[in-house]
Amino acid sequence: MAIWVFAEQIDGAPSAGSLEIISKAASMGAVSVFYIGSGSSEAFAALGAHGATTVHHLDTGDVLPSAPASAALASILHDTDTSLVLFGMGNTDRDVAGRLAARLGQPVVANALDVTLEGSVTSEINGGSLALTTRVTTDGPAIIVTRPKAFAAVDSGGATPEIVNVSMPDSGRSGNATITERHVEASDGPDLEAAPVVISGGRGLGSAEGFAMMDELAGLLSGAVGGTRAVVDAGWVPYSYQVGQTGKTVKPSVYIACGISGAMQHVVGMKGSQTIIAINKDPDAPIFGIADLGVVGDVHKVVPQLIEALKAR
Amino acid sequence: MNIAVCVKQIPDPATPYELDAENHWVIRPNDQVLDDTDRVGVEVGLQLAEATEGTVTLFSMSPSGSLQGIRQALAMGADKAVLIDDESLKGSDALTTARILSAAVKREGYDLVITGTESTDGFTGVVPQMMSEILDVPCLSFARNVEAGDGTVTIERQTTTGYETVTSALPAVLAVTAGAEEPRYPTFKGIMQAKSKPVDTTTAAELGVDPVSSQTITAVDPVAARAAGDVVEDDGEAYLKIVELLEQVKVI
Repeated sequence: MAIWVFAEQIDGAPSAGSLEIISKAASMGAVSVFYIGSGSSEAFAALGAHGATTVHHLDTGDVLPSAPASAALASILHDTDTSLVLFGMGNTDRDVAGRLAARLGQPVVANALDVTLEGSVTSEINGGSLALTTRVTTDGPAIIVTRPKAFAAVDSGGATPEIVNVSMPDSGRSGNATITERHVEASDGPDLEAAPVVISGGRGLGSAEGFAMMDELAGLLSGAVGGTRAVVDAGWVPYSYQVGQTGKTVKPSVYIACGISGAMQHVVGMKGSQTIIAINKDPDAPIFGIADLGVVGDVHKVVPQLIEALKAR
Repeated sequence: MNIAVCVKQIPDPATPYELDAENHWVIRPNDQVLDDTDRVGVEVGLQLAEATEGTVTLFSMSPSGSLQGIRQALAMGADKAVLIDDESLKGSDALTTARILSAAVKREGYDLVITGTESTDGFTGVVPQMMSEILDVPCLSFARNVEAGDGTVTIERQTTTGYETVTSALPAVLAVTAGAEEPRYPTFKGIMQAKSKPVDTTTAAELGVDPVSSQTITAVDPVAARAAGDVVEDDGEAYLKIVELLEQVKVI
């Protein structure tokens, strides 16, 4: 029984999430990867190093990828005996997973934190207070969307995989969508998902200007700056800053939550942090229930004091 | 333009969900509220309808209950609602939900289907993608800044590193992000009108969909809670405690 992993190319390399999932899959059996993007020998080598033995490569060009990618993957799976098809939480991952599942008439189990070869999935609800074990009861491949950082990426030194070039399928009316422009929103400083220190801001900062002190604090601690869905929705910071269910999952050594109440949406993206420090003026904010150190106070007073103290060192 | 907006009534998200003992399905009270993220889909739908002299029809699969959530969306300005209220759909997964909603939308006719990105109670996050496959149309997901043209729709789609501009033919499925538009508040007039707007109910059988269960929850276990640490009131020197902790964990 084969295990398939979907991987998307981002900035010329396989997404960080896809390498985590390939590593997990390789611990269970032989791994085939369905890879979309322009492809390169370095990218294929990275897939192999993490455990992929075969890579089926499709370049969707300027066509919105979900329709052609799901059509091509469905026809490959049709001819193979597959137990699992694993996806990450990337936006294209989710698009392809959903379309593929409907095409195959299979369910999707999402938000997986662990998975077995038999298609048994562990996930959490209610902000991580309850763990569910879910099993797919249909025959055919179990389509599973896993949460970022559920598994560690392991470079096991695998060889360059066999590459199979997949030609662009005719996805008919579903394929009538074209990417006309791509915009990269530049961010300074360390990568939010990899930074050892994350400084996050919520609505309690009051305005977009409040993020200036987040940047300053992050600079002093060599950290990255994140935000809640509320501040991203309000347009204070770009989506790439978002930590939570629909954004990034971070597990830094230290997470400093400033003016964040601790909605479930946010908590699932940061509760794996080693040390959590929270500053909020509401003593009843749920964030204090998971913080190692909670300061009930005004972020506009505490954070500037903290910045001055760090500068003085 | 004939616009279908899919919305969900959910238990109040401010309280943790309770699961029934037998199947571990979320217990749904009679009074459910409109999923907050669906207000954005309704708003985008209303703006497009206003620009094209179109109509907005709501589609929702859930026990109708008091209809509180649906009335909230009608009060914003949607024209009517189609509700799929069927005991056999209890505990449906995303695929069954997508099949039901697709069949209902298809039966009523549509140029554009609008959904949220994921529900607040289930957050599987694949129903719009499944609907687009079932309806055989493009899936414009994670969308904001939606503009409809002559037989086309153009959006900005969020990506890992920024966003991309995507142009699609109609019909299509459009899944908007929570920040796509600021949803309007219902006016008093809107609230009064919502009470008499048509709400049709239908069943899985009428839509020709056979509800099949394809996954089962085999265990529910409490997760050991992360222990809360010290909470201190800021007396003007609480920042020193933060400095101390940062030293302890060797960040400084």
